Amino acid sequence: MTRRVLQIAVPIACVAAWWAVSAGSTNFFFPPLRDILETFRDTWLFEKVPSDVVPSVARLLAGYGLSAVIGIGLGLFLRLHPVACALADPLTHFLRSIPAPALIPPALVVLGLGSGTKVFVIVLGALWPILLNTIDGVRGQDPTPLEMARAYGIGGVERVQRIVLPAAAPQIFAGLRTSLSIALILMVISEMVASTNGIGNFVLQSQRTFAIPEMWAGILLLGLLGIALSLIFGAVERRVLRWHRGARQAARAR
Amino acid sequence: MRRNWLLGTVSVLVVLALLELITRAGIVSARDIPPPSDVLAELWRQLGSREFWSAVGDTLSGWGVGLAISVVAGVLIGVALGLSDTAYGALRVPIEFLRPIPSVALVPLAVLVYGTGLQSTLFLVVYAALWPVLLNSIYGVRDVEPLTLDMGRVYGLSRFAQLRRIVLPSAVPYIATGVRVASSIALILAVTAELVIGSPGLGRSITVAEGSGAVDLMYALVFATGVLGLALNALLERVERRALRWHPSQREAAR
Repeated sequence: MTRRVLQIAVPIACVAAWWAVSAGSTNFFFPPLRDILETFRDTWLFEKVPSDVVPSVARLLAGYGLSAVIGIGLGLFLRLHPVACALADPLTHFLRSIPAPALIPPALVVLGLGSGTKVFVIVLGALWPILLNTIDGVRGQDPTPLEMARAYGIGGVERVQRIVLPAAAPQIFAGLRTSLSIALILMVISEMVASTNGIGNFVLQSQRTFAIPEMWAGILLLGLLGIALSLIFGAVERRVLRWHRGARQAARAR
Repeated sequence: MRRNWLLGTVSVLVVLALLELITRAGIVSARDIPPPSDVLAELWRQLGSREFWSAVGDTLSGWGVGLAISVVAGVLIGVALGLSDTAYGALRVPIEFLRPIPSVALVPLAVLVYGTGLQSTLFLVVYAALWPVLLNSIYGVRDVEPLTLDMGRVYGLSRFAQLRRIVLPSAVPYIATGVRVASSIALILAVTAELVIGSPGLGRSITVAEGSGAVDLMYALVFATGVLGLALNALLERVERRALRWHPSQREAAR
């Protein structure tokens, strides 16, 4: 009961505090929350949604989705096939180490200003935590269930599906969570550096033209977008990892 | 082991050779992707230039200081939160609200408040790199194998002993992964700050090269940034391996 109350009360308190503290503000860079919200309503509520919000979110989802598929698939494959792992290792290692924003100028030069460039950059950045965590998750497993499976003659694919994947799932999800924030960050960066539309572009342009309330409205939108994505992710994760959470919680409660 | 090295080197050489052929044959315009040999030559030249090393130093300081702050804060707060169900329950919502806000959204704000120097970079790096460490610390502490906790209770270990001997060692692999991820995020944000804001560092050098059409230099710098990232990753992995020598995941790798 207390937890519920806290969960609702704390955020409301924070927002109220912000409102109160900034209400009489004459500081150009930190306008009153009320002004920001008004600008937010004017800008984002439906006027700019198709031109900026939709492309941004589309790129983000495309990039993230691709990263997840490639990351988990490749992670499982590499872990289970040592030869391929050895072949791919130096390349993966190196590509992984290049900070994705550093790839934006070359991507710009080669791929131009389109959406493909941004999705490409997002994938190149968001892929690695998923890949890493999948490999780690498969590697750190308790060997006993696997040996039991071998003893019972349970074959390759089923072994992966029923033992390897579920056991690695918590760590894979941790990786997916990190990747989500990286994908969001890269979406914003690529729009700031290499785009003519999108939320990121809007925020930077507003700052450069000193349209400060618009800038804050954009920041607010990005924050809300991040929160929304995070909530959706949390709901999905809770559903998929239900059995795991239950086991851990029962042990802790005892 | 030797065979793995061989396979790895071979694949890299093959890719480089293919690239060289494709670019020299004019299939891809040299203005888009210059031949690897040109890029390497330019890289060699850069190694002797003072500006290059100064840029490297700037990027490294942004990364290093930011990561250090994030790790200390992240582990301390994360372990504390993971241990206390009530604290976690209470603070979870604010954390969930703050965490997803992409740090880059704050770039314009950073510029306004901190200008275009190292402080802006640090602000962004710490804000972004904190979360993987924090989250993984929390996950790690909460994800202790229940059997081991039961054993601890059976043996009559005090809560503090349980923490030191069961919970923390069990959480360390998670934390290590978190630190490793935080390290690359820190580098990403440091380079980003340099790219977007123009703080001194490799990111800024890359943008300058791109803007003036010096494609060879641009690719050489990107490569150098990759090498930097690689070196930092390798460093962290070595530290991690030493700290986790006893853990099953490391044992299996040695098998």
